[in-house]
Amino acid sequence: MSRREAEPAPGGVRGGRPGVAVDAVDLGRTYDLGGTSVAALRGVSLTIAAGDYVAVVGPSGSGKSTLMHLLGGLDRPTSGRLAIGGRDVATLDAGELATLRNETIGFVFQSFHLLPRTSAVDNVALPLVYRGIGGRRRRTMAAAMLGRVGLGHRLDHRPNQLSGGEQQRVAIARALVTDPVLLLADEPTGNLDSVTGESVLGLLEDLNASSGVALVLVTHDREVAARARRQIVMRDGVVVPPADDPDTPTVVPAARGGPEIVDPAPSAEPRRASGSDSGHPFGGSGGATGATERRGEIPAAGKRCGGSIGAGPGGGS
Amino acid sequence: MRIAEAWRVALDALSANRLRSMLTMLGVIIGVAAVVVLVAIGTGAKREVEQQVEGLGSNLLIVVPGRIDFGAAPAVSRLSLADVEAVNRIVGDPQRVAVTVTSGETVRAGTRSAFTTVQGVLETTPQVFVRDLDRGAYLTASDVDTSRRVAVLGATVATTLFGDREPVGQQVAIAGVRFRVVGVFAPLGQSLGVDRDDEVHIPVTAAHRLYGTQRIDGIAVKAPDREKISELGNRIVAELSRRHPDTEFSAVTQEQILGVLGDILGVLTGVLAAIAGISLLVGGVGVSNIMLVSVRERTREIGLRKAVGARPRDIAIQFLLEAVLLTVLGGVLGMALGVGAAWLISALSPVPAAVTWWSLALSFGVSAVVGIIFGVVPAQRAGRLDPVIALRAE
Repeated sequence: MSRREAEPAPGGVRGGRPGVAVDAVDLGRTYDLGGTSVAALRGVSLTIAAGDYVAVVGPSGSGKSTLMHLLGGLDRPTSGRLAIGGRDVATLDAGELATLRNETIGFVFQSFHLLPRTSAVDNVALPLVYRGIGGRRRRTMAAAMLGRVGLGHRLDHRPNQLSGGEQQRVAIARALVTDPVLLLADEPTGNLDSVTGESVLGLLEDLNASSGVALVLVTHDREVAARARRQIVMRDGVVVPPADDPDTPTVVPAARGGPEIVDPAPSAEPRRASGSDSGHPFGGSGGATGATERRGEIPAAGKRCGGSIGAGPGGGS
Repeated sequence: MRIAEAWRVALDALSANRLRSMLTMLGVIIGVAAVVVLVAIGTGAKREVEQQVEGLGSNLLIVVPGRIDFGAAPAVSRLSLADVEAVNRIVGDPQRVAVTVTSGETVRAGTRSAFTTVQGVLETTPQVFVRDLDRGAYLTASDVDTSRRVAVLGATVATTLFGDREPVGQQVAIAGVRFRVVGVFAPLGQSLGVDRDDEVHIPVTAAHRLYGTQRIDGIAVKAPDREKISELGNRIVAELSRRHPDTEFSAVTQEQILGVLGDILGVLTGVLAAIAGISLLVGGVGVSNIMLVSVRERTREIGLRKAVGARPRDIAIQFLLEAVLLTVLGGVLGMALGVGAAWLISALSPVPAAVTWWSLALSFGVSAVVGIIFGVVPAQRAGRLDPVIALRAE
């Protein structure tokens, strides 16, 4: 669980080599919003190996959802290269990309995304429908998968007859029934209480360990992220070094960067911190690596409140 | 996705929103039913008129003043019995020539009365037209020659005036003048709401005296054979035109009457079908509308289906099938409703409605095509949805 590993591996193996689930090089994704282009991702490179267990963390708007959509083949990068399961997504049309998702990716969403009025087993079997597998075999496969997530006794229950944890288990079964290479879980415990969330997380980890599917977990939760084999920390569309973490108290840099800012309202600091990119390029490089300028500002802005600095941005993420 | 699978999904989606599906279908149901019923009415009317004209007898030639044309005003007749004599000479056989002078009169028998069509005719009428008697006898040549006040009643008039009593031998008063009933026609029934048994025949000479006129409204000739009809017609018209230089005459055959009536009823049927077609179109727009709503409503579902591997084509087919299913189901129900309504109309009203297989096939085909046409746009929209945006939709 070394934080050092969280730095993505731009020099890692890429291309269609076996053992690599996803290979991304310098991914960029720009949205065109009414004439202005907004960059959600600006150059992300990473490799996810088969059987990997990676947590993607970062505050809202950091680009981690965009990254997940790209890794899952739901969206296409506007720049850079992306290979999913060894196939370059730029060469695929919408239909081929859909087939690639069907064969390679499993999705687990925060809000479960189960079809209402549809039984658990039919929900799980849904991806198999698009694989052209017949009804009887689909049911057998889906039932077996539900058994693996501990819902063998709930096959014909509908989502509204299931608890949140059970619904998420159904969603996990649906994601894995196609035997994908990569399982993308977007805040899978976000709508669950901590006990249920813990068991769902445990299930995901078990499945990751037993089936060899690579697990990419997008989360706000630092504790959840800490369980992954490695972490990818996103901020403002780029991957930042994990040690440069707002949860890590950074008292000393704060004191150092302090003098340049006169802020009479400490309570406003967290917000101010994230909004003042240009103010102090070098203000708080003390964190750990100094790789990103923005990170440094947080301690800088918090000059007067020492210990509480870290909590602010951390809570806001 | 297999096509059978897609049908099942479409059916599930429709049954999940049963009320809305029904209301959407209602537009198509009404449209298809309207096409079926209105075409049935038009066809039934045409068929009945044809039967009636053919039922008059064969090789008939009707000569009337004026022009027989769609929209021509009826002309005042200048024909008289002298003209009939001239026609007799041309035809060569007076037994083949019938005439009529018609007036609406009140006929009384005791305390009962009936307002009916009274026709002054020659004794030749049953030889020219097919007209069977139920009781008694028809008018004779001597009745006509002597202007005898005798009458043959239509079945309805007989029933109205005499009920179950025997009319033959009884007295009736036509416009206040006494006539003796000598016969009763066999019933012909109704057609297009007109009671064909609501008439009384009296000798044309008696009619002239009764009405105070010498006029003949029309002459009917039964040609000896089919080939001679038009030549005979031309000769009669030429002779009558010579006798009345300022009047136009027309001689029409059954085929020509059928042709004119068929054209009129064909146009009528076409107009009715077009109006009904508009309602079918409106129903189609309703389908399109509801499909767009459905696509918007189920955006999340579309997003999820795409995430798990549905291709744009799979999604588009799913929604297209939904639209087609709506219109085809609506079409079938509409056909059933239309056939039922046509049957009811035939049974309960004088309007004859004959359901034709082609109107069923046409309306069914049109409703299916409407489903495809109006389903394509929403289906394509669904298929093209960006999965990321779709998944985020509320």
